[in-house]
Amino acid sequence: MKKKINSNTLLLLITIALFLVMYAAGCIIYKDKGFTHLQTFLNIFINNSGLLCVAAGMTCVMLTGGIDISVGALIAMDCMFLSVGMERWEMNALVLCALVLIIGIVFGLVQGFCVAYLNIQPFIVTMAGMFFARGMTAVICTDQVSITKNEFFVKLANAKINIPFGAYTNRKGVLQIPFVRYPVMIALIVIIVIFLMLRYTKFGRSLYAVGGSETSASMMGLDVKKTKLKAYMLSSFVCSIGGICFCLNTMSGSVRQALGLEMDAISSAVIGGTLLTGGVGNVIGTLFGVMINGTISTLVKTNGKLLSSWSNIAVAALLCFFIVLQSVFAKLKDRNK
Amino acid sequence: MNKMKKITSMPLFLPIFCMLLVMAANIVYDISCGNFALNFFSISVRNGVLYGRLIDILNRGSEIAILAIGMTLVVSASAGTDISVGSVMALSASMCCMILAGYGNASVNELANPLLLGVLGGILIGCVCGAFNGFLVAYLSVQPMVATLILFSAARAIGLLLCNNLIVYVRVDSFKMFGGYLGFLPTPIVIAAVCIVIAMIVLKKTALGLYVQSVGINKKASRIAGLNSARFIFLCYVVCGLCAGIAGIVGASRISSADSNNIGLNYELDAILSVALGGNSLGGGKFRLAGSIIGAYTIQAITTTLYALGVSSDVAPVYKAIIVIIIVTVQAPPFKAYLARRSAKKALAKGGAAA
Repeated sequence: MKKKINSNTLLLLITIALFLVMYAAGCIIYKDKGFTHLQTFLNIFINNSGLLCVAAGMTCVMLTGGIDISVGALIAMDCMFLSVGMERWEMNALVLCALVLIIGIVFGLVQGFCVAYLNIQPFIVTMAGMFFARGMTAVICTDQVSITKNEFFVKLANAKINIPFGAYTNRKGVLQIPFVRYPVMIALIVIIVIFLMLRYTKFGRSLYAVGGSETSASMMGLDVKKTKLKAYMLSSFVCSIGGICFCLNTMSGSVRQALGLEMDAISSAVIGGTLLTGGVGNVIGTLFGVMINGTISTLVKTNGKLLSSWSNIAVAALLCFFIVLQSVFAKLKDRNK
Repeated sequence: MNKMKKITSMPLFLPIFCMLLVMAANIVYDISCGNFALNFFSISVRNGVLYGRLIDILNRGSEIAILAIGMTLVVSASAGTDISVGSVMALSASMCCMILAGYGNASVNELANPLLLGVLGGILIGCVCGAFNGFLVAYLSVQPMVATLILFSAARAIGLLLCNNLIVYVRVDSFKMFGGYLGFLPTPIVIAAVCIVIAMIVLKKTALGLYVQSVGINKKASRIAGLNSARFIFLCYVVCGLCAGIAGIVGASRISSADSNNIGLNYELDAILSVALGGNSLGGGKFRLAGSIIGAYTIQAITTTLYALGVSSDVAPVYKAIIVIIIVTVQAPPFKAYLARRSAKKALAKGGAAA
């Protein structure tokens, strides 16, 4: 059976092709700097495990036609809460993680209520949420706090999961076995669960329906408001999981952590083919979007001479390119009608 | 009861009410501290310049007031907000300082290029950013917030590139003047006043304001009526960029340097907040510039009061976020409908009892 390629799958294909081209180019240009090793590829996942979770949640919200820009600040709050909780209050790591998840759900509940039931623009609501969370981070603590005391958490953060293939010996003759860390596994599980949810559950399908057209969704008997509320709760909940991953990576909390992460998450989703107007998108595309993001920053870092702001600019330029592409496709579709 | 309703339905009720509330809070605070009750309003002359908390608010609020002009137009015409203004401020400041100091210099005591060139360069880059946003929104019909998100993240990075990742100091008196004093008045107040007066005159004396409102209320209908809707939206974004450029130069001059990471940080929220506080609907359409301006100074008054109460600048966003949520909730149609239903029920119950 031959599948028809429409403009939406085309966007996804462009994304995947772009990633492959970019990575291949990196492999050729920076061959002598170890870009071809499997570990470089895995590092993209290790560095972006938090972002993967956040972007997956963001995709769900964007499917309903909304947006959630509070995620970066929420991650900062989670990290600060975790690190202060472990260092200053000496609480159990698992209890803290559970608390973080509950905070995420409540945070999403409030935002979702404002968006769905009070009809306030999602952007305004989540921007207020962003400033609230960023401010609350400072209320918890204004210093930079590093996690060193909690043995369980430190062990979890340092644990390596070895990959059975792709080993190589480096210049010093030491065998390097490629590895990933636990946050990567968490992030991949989140991605898979959300992929299955979007594809096979009633809630997942209703997200697409609401984003496609609210009027027709409500005429079909879907509770549009409830679906939206759930979408924001899901986003904040997944974002909190991302916060734990992020904290496992950085092992610290500070007020200015994850500044601008919302931008990375949104651009990953958009680059991955999620339409800003809602109704179209896929978590697999988002995965590739995050990987493109990660590849760009890895390329800039591997070069070593470029300023780090170049990766910001490159991602913004890509985002701009995909937004323009989407709008051109939308205009073409209108004309065909 | 009727009189009360008349007052609350006045167009500038919300911003003026909030302003009075902040002033009242200040008076209460001063009394509780044992200070002179009207400490807040006292203005004195020290070292030949005006001094006082009110002057400080007017001075520090200049940038927000300038941004509020552009933001009001953008909100009115496109029913969206421009969240890139803070970043564009930083970019314009970097551009201005880069021109004045010459590329790659971290600190100069003499201008490398004429002052006018630097200022024009800063304002021009602001306009270019505004035009970029406007093009995406007006001609490609991208959602305003997402279109401006691109520059929200990129403008600061470009600013850093322009300054070669340095904080560029321009230690020249003529440049410091924009954020300093003009005679006995702080210059930012004068600049803001000039901008406000120009905007008011243009919007009141020409049909431009009316056109912008009509585009905001119904884009299609205005186009059919003969207005080039897309061009008006585009122009609004350019004006917003221009305002951000001017505000950026004032901000840079205040600290006589271009710190791309910190200039204009969180100003987009303040600008949007002042539009909302001014009683303008964030859904576009009718707008009142005066409301936005009062809103801008009210926000600065809130910020200054919070600092005076000992709240740190990192924590202040919490209070602002709560204020935003309260304001937009009060404005939200479902909330209004709920209140209307409740008062109708009450009236019904009263009528029933009388019968």
